Amino acid sequence: MLKIEGLQVKIGEREVLRDINLHIKEGETHVLMGPNGSGKTTLLRAIMGFGGLDVTAGHILFKGRDVTRMPIHERAKLGMGMLFQRPPTIAGLKLGKLLAVTSGDRAGMVSEYSRFLHMDTFMDRAINLGFSGGEIKRSEVLQLMVQQPDFVMLDEPESGVDLENISLIGTAIARLLEKDVHIVNRKKSGLVITHTGYILDYLDADYGHVMCDGVFRCHGNPREILRVIKTSGYKECLACQKI
Amino acid sequence: MPEDIDRMEDLSATDRERLTQTGLEVGMKNRSGSFFQVDQEIKQVAALEEGIEVLSIQEALAKYGWLEEFSWNLVKKDKDQYTRFVADQPDPRGFVIIARKGSKTVFPLQTCLFLAKTAVQHVHNIIIAEEGAELHLISGCASASYTKTGSHIGVSEFYVGQNARITTTMIHNWGDEISVFPRSAARVEENGVFLSNYVCMQPVRKIQMSPVADLAGKNSVARFSSIVVCTPGSHMDLGSVARLSAEGASAELITRAITTGGTIISRGMIEGKTRYTKGHIECKGLILKDGIIHAIPEIKGDVVDTELSHEAAVGKIAKDEIEYLMSRGLDEDVATSTIIRGFLDVKIAGLPESLQNQIDAAIDSAEKSGF
Repeated sequence: MLKIEGLQVKIGEREVLRDINLHIKEGETHVLMGPNGSGKTTLLRAIMGFGGLDVTAGHILFKGRDVTRMPIHERAKLGMGMLFQRPPTIAGLKLGKLLAVTSGDRAGMVSEYSRFLHMDTFMDRAINLGFSGGEIKRSEVLQLMVQQPDFVMLDEPESGVDLENISLIGTAIARLLEKDVHIVNRKKSGLVITHTGYILDYLDADYGHVMCDGVFRCHGNPREILRVIKTSGYKECLACQKI
Repeated sequence: MPEDIDRMEDLSATDRERLTQTGLEVGMKNRSGSFFQVDQEIKQVAALEEGIEVLSIQEALAKYGWLEEFSWNLVKKDKDQYTRFVADQPDPRGFVIIARKGSKTVFPLQTCLFLAKTAVQHVHNIIIAEEGAELHLISGCASASYTKTGSHIGVSEFYVGQNARITTTMIHNWGDEISVFPRSAARVEENGVFLSNYVCMQPVRKIQMSPVADLAGKNSVARFSSIVVCTPGSHMDLGSVARLSAEGASAELITRAITTGGTIISRGMIEGKTRYTKGHIECKGLILKDGIIHAIPEIKGDVVDTELSHEAAVGKIAKDEIEYLMSRGLDEDVATSTIIRGFLDVKIAGLPESLQNQIDAAIDSAEKSGF
């Protein structure tokens, strides 16, 4: 699904990602952990194709195509989607209107998905304007459910969300990633940034990666990595020689 | 060649379309009355609902002696060269609309001022909503497709009685060599509501206006909303003034302005003259192509217990908003126009749905032509 080879990214003169190699196969969910400012969000933004950063070396291959220089919307059309940690507020643009524009032949599903995520009363509200933390994330997940990407990037889906909403969002994301489908037939893939790991209760991630200072320090079982980080913080990752 | 126009139906298909874009129903469907003036000739005066009277100003002044007091009362004859010009006319044109006590129109009343051949079109209008009356006006002002130059000068005086409500929605569709100078003022009595909406999405050489609302009665309300797109070569000097002269009075002045190369001066002035009054000015401007948006919000409080505020922002569309929509699969152009459409989408509380639809349609039409 996604293959990243030797990716190097600069923001201005500063090198923020170095020698990133990552391979996410069809049906797999990977977890990305790391201290604040380590480059996790930048990696997601580079994969999606956002501006404000320069890919100075390496390639991003998606479904076998080199998308490194492809515009954002073409990557989205190819099947990439992203849940933003802090999406922008767009005054005047109603959530319902955006969903109408993006849903295409899934227009009939909008009302079912919005009821499922308790967002059916938000259709006439401007996107993210005055939304609570949980409402922002529910709106993000709803937009992704309507978009139905094959590869979903989730930037801290549980941050700022209460326990009740985590359960709802977690269940919806599990649907998005086809966790109800047998692993052999599962087509959807994901890359999830999490600090707390709460979301993993719903997702059964396959692989974990730890990023520190713009490089991968560790790859392995996500629950195992989370356990180590919870007990010792990231200092053990920084000291680890096993890269 | 310009044809003789006696009815809206006589207009060419192109000009009927130009009128439709200003919200006018050529066939009068869902309208409570109509006034149609071409150049200086009044073509149609009709009231279709009980309690509503529509007259030409000459006829009205001859019929009702008491109307003299309402004429040149809110707008002074010597206010400026344009008011003097209209006042000096021996043969005044324009309309008088009276919504009698307690009358409530379901459908809006339409007034159409159409500039075809004359160099200067001038009108003097008086609009009265008596106690408890509710009146919705849609004023479509347009020039013929073949009219290249000309001026329109309109004086309008609005009287909103106790517990009465007037909404007036003006949609302009002029030509790029037409100059327009409306001069309007309103007086709002106790618990009265005056909503004034202005939409201009099409080229105009120059428009200059600054309607004034005097909130003279307790708990009276005025809200001015302007939605404009200013194309290259257009100069729009748009303002509105609210005077909070009685306890409990409140006013809101809202502007959404886009320039694609023209000049917009957006003025707003609220004066809190009495205690327990409230006012807010909000001006948001987008510069899509090099042009000028000059926001000049002014608030002046004369006493304690008046609450006045303003916010103004001028800039470009935020890149993160465009990229956000692109990540949902919209290309850059569609993402941009979707954001602009949202920017202009001001829902006006208290406006009948049909009039809100007309405003939306004017924006839709501008969106289709790529703003």
